[in-house]
Amino acid sequence: MSEISPAEWTAILLSLRVAIIATLVATPFGIALAWLLARRDFWGKSLLDAIVHLPLVLPPVVTGYLLLLTFGRRGLVGGFLADHLGIVFSFRWTGAALACGVMAFPLLVRPMRLSIEAIDRRLEQAAETLGAAPWKVFFTVTLPLALPGVLAGMVLGFAKAIGEFGATITFVSNIPGETQTISSAIYSLIQTPDGDAAAGRLVIVSIVLALGALIAAEWFARRATARLHGN
Amino acid sequence: MLRVDIEKQLGEFSLSATFTGEGRVIGLFGASGAGKTSLVNMIAGLLRPDRGTIVIDGETVDDTAAGIHVPTWRRRIGYVFQDARLFPHLDVAQNLDYGRRMNGLSPDPAQHKRIIDLLDIGALQGRRPGKLSGGERQRVALGRALLSKPRLLLLDEPLGALDEGRKLEILPYLVRLRDEANVPMVYVSHDAAELRQLATQIVMLKQGRVTSFGGVKVLA
Repeated sequence: MSEISPAEWTAILLSLRVAIIATLVATPFGIALAWLLARRDFWGKSLLDAIVHLPLVLPPVVTGYLLLLTFGRRGLVGGFLADHLGIVFSFRWTGAALACGVMAFPLLVRPMRLSIEAIDRRLEQAAETLGAAPWKVFFTVTLPLALPGVLAGMVLGFAKAIGEFGATITFVSNIPGETQTISSAIYSLIQTPDGDAAAGRLVIVSIVLALGALIAAEWFARRATARLHGN
Repeated sequence: MLRVDIEKQLGEFSLSATFTGEGRVIGLFGASGAGKTSLVNMIAGLLRPDRGTIVIDGETVDDTAAGIHVPTWRRRIGYVFQDARLFPHLDVAQNLDYGRRMNGLSPDPAQHKRIIDLLDIGALQGRRPGKLSGGERQRVALGRALLSKPRLLLLDEPLGALDEGRKLEILPYLVRLRDEANVPMVYVSHDAAELRQLATQIVMLKQGRVTSFGGVKVLA
């Protein structure tokens, strides 16, 4: 196998950019939602939980199509954002990031939620008796103790985002240099005569990235356990 | 000093208590299940009474009729739990400093040194809670509560999780605290011997009711 070509680099770098932006933007929402699901009881909680998990079980093409209907140029939200804020998602890398973020969200939220649930609430009570207002409790006790889970969620979400295919190609198509990620590049290459070598190289890149993410997530999970035991 | 007049229904269990504490150490005595912890949690604001008032140091922190409920973090109380509840992600020094930081108090090196000497915890400062013995943990928890400069210190069976030897190790520190720290305390225990050594006044609880009230003699 020869070296990675400039066109392949473009796809790899685009994938990285899309996945990093998707993860960073999704993280604050993920933490907030994880906290809400772990710590609060409210009407419609199971429904919210189900909606968060929906992209995990829906066919990705359905999610992509729904994104197109909602965030496309003529979509309800997409039209508003384009006209008033100049933010366009359709056929742009930002749309790829949105699709990846939505698809990765359930995987991102889950470890965060589990790590918040695992925190002994009595520690938060102790913080309150020491004069910490609820938001201070969150930032000085809850979040630091949940940090390994938050990082694990980010890593898993990133790994999912970088491999996303169905929703992305449905929503923003497969435009080299703009929306062609590693996955859609592989898809194009295996339909092209003589594309096998290039596809093979991108497949190896995908495997390396995914494995790296899983190993990192595992490492963070072990750190979390050590942290909760105060060592 | 501390005025309590509350009612609380907890499932099948009903708690109804009225007393005024004036002493340096109010001993809350009763068997397990008598409602001691619920009562202390109400004084701390962690539990809301169904009806009644709680007054700490002249400030009404609970008055159901007037709709007053001061949240825990504004009550300026210290609470030492049976399980020390030190923050596992912070070392001992950071645990000790937590209350001061949260209350926005300026550093008070003199008080800091006095309490650390009083509890003999100077040597533990760099350690993580996971590396402390049960007795050490409880001493750090005491220090942490005191350093937040509370106007009332609540201790819920602080020796309950320790074996006899460890109890004897901590008890002298509590006596010193009572005599030197100048913070009124509510001390919860089911151990009459412990309270005889520490308390200046006893509130006896039985199945959610105050059955006796007075000096340490009521323990007899």
